[in-house]
Amino acid sequence: MMRRDECLKVLAKHRGDDAIVVGVYNAGFDWRRISQSPLNYYSIGAMGQGSSHALGIALAMPEHKVIVLDGDGSLLMNLGSLVTIAQAAPPNYYHFVAENGAYEANGSHPIPGRGTVSFAGHARAAGYPHAFEFDALEKFEVEIGKILALKGPVFTTLKVVPGEKAPHDFAFANSRETHRQFTDAIAEIVARRDQA
Amino acid sequence: MGEITLSGRTIIAALKQARIEFVVALPDATMSDHVLWPLAKDNDFKLIRVCKEDEGVSICAGLTSCRRRAALLMQYTGLLDSINAIRAIAVEFAQPICMVVGLLSKEPGVPVVRSKLFSVRIVEPILGALGVDHFCMEEDSDVALLPPAIERAYARSQPLAALVGHRVSP
Repeated sequence: MMRRDECLKVLAKHRGDDAIVVGVYNAGFDWRRISQSPLNYYSIGAMGQGSSHALGIALAMPEHKVIVLDGDGSLLMNLGSLVTIAQAAPPNYYHFVAENGAYEANGSHPIPGRGTVSFAGHARAAGYPHAFEFDALEKFEVEIGKILALKGPVFTTLKVVPGEKAPHDFAFANSRETHRQFTDAIAEIVARRDQA
Repeated sequence: MGEITLSGRTIIAALKQARIEFVVALPDATMSDHVLWPLAKDNDFKLIRVCKEDEGVSICAGLTSCRRRAALLMQYTGLLDSINAIRAIAVEFAQPICMVVGLLSKEPGVPVVRSKLFSVRIVEPILGALGVDHFCMEEDSDVALLPPAIERAYARSQPLAALVGHRVSP
């Protein structure tokens, strides 16, 4: 088992300058502390929707990698999105699921299927061409560069425990100002692209 | 009294006039034959078929956050099923999520709130409670409201529901 914050620190080293990251609940709060950027998009407020927000962004911004940091409880609320994403097949879509087996934000009750459900198996069956699973940080560190070099959509399960607790700043994540920073950053990219 | 016509060609032309590029959809019987099938074959649109309507709300939010225009086509049951996503993403987050919603089995010419069907009758009060701008398209002349309503949604960054009051003809 890995610590979620340590996994995300490893991922942050490979983010590059222009990847867009969609953070979902606890993974999103952890990510904010680890890798701040105007290209962070927070999907908090309607649980389960992160993978779908990321699909819209990936289709709109095909020249940027889009990384979604999903949760296992969140993905269970939107399992059909795996099929939709596989069908749309955005080559720039990188789907990470932090599997801790619990609804961590709501009292750590176990998710249905804890310990038996295979999220990578679901992704493969839905049609993702690549699906991986890691429970050891050293192995994840070795493989992450190769994963992000693959043509998407790519799915990766990270079997985690929480790690150092990040503040649950819902006011920040849900604020229109936070979202405006993201849309402003995108507008700048689009304007540069249109000028080129 | 002549038969009311609501033409699929008119709806598609209105979506083009409003510069909609992506259509996110689940099939709805009122629009299936004469809106969704033609859209699926029209190279001016990129069609994303989804498994559930709340996915569509979020996909549209992702697209619109990146300055691409999208419309979500669905049946009213999908709208009812997606209320939390609409509440959080479209309303509280103030996103221009533009929904075209088929009112299956609504009686032609009868105001939505006077439908005999409970499930149809509650749609407008729910949209009102959410504060979602909405109107109903019953005939071709109503479709003229669609492009300016979409422009208004984007200009004000607010959601829109255009209801389709009866089965669409070619």
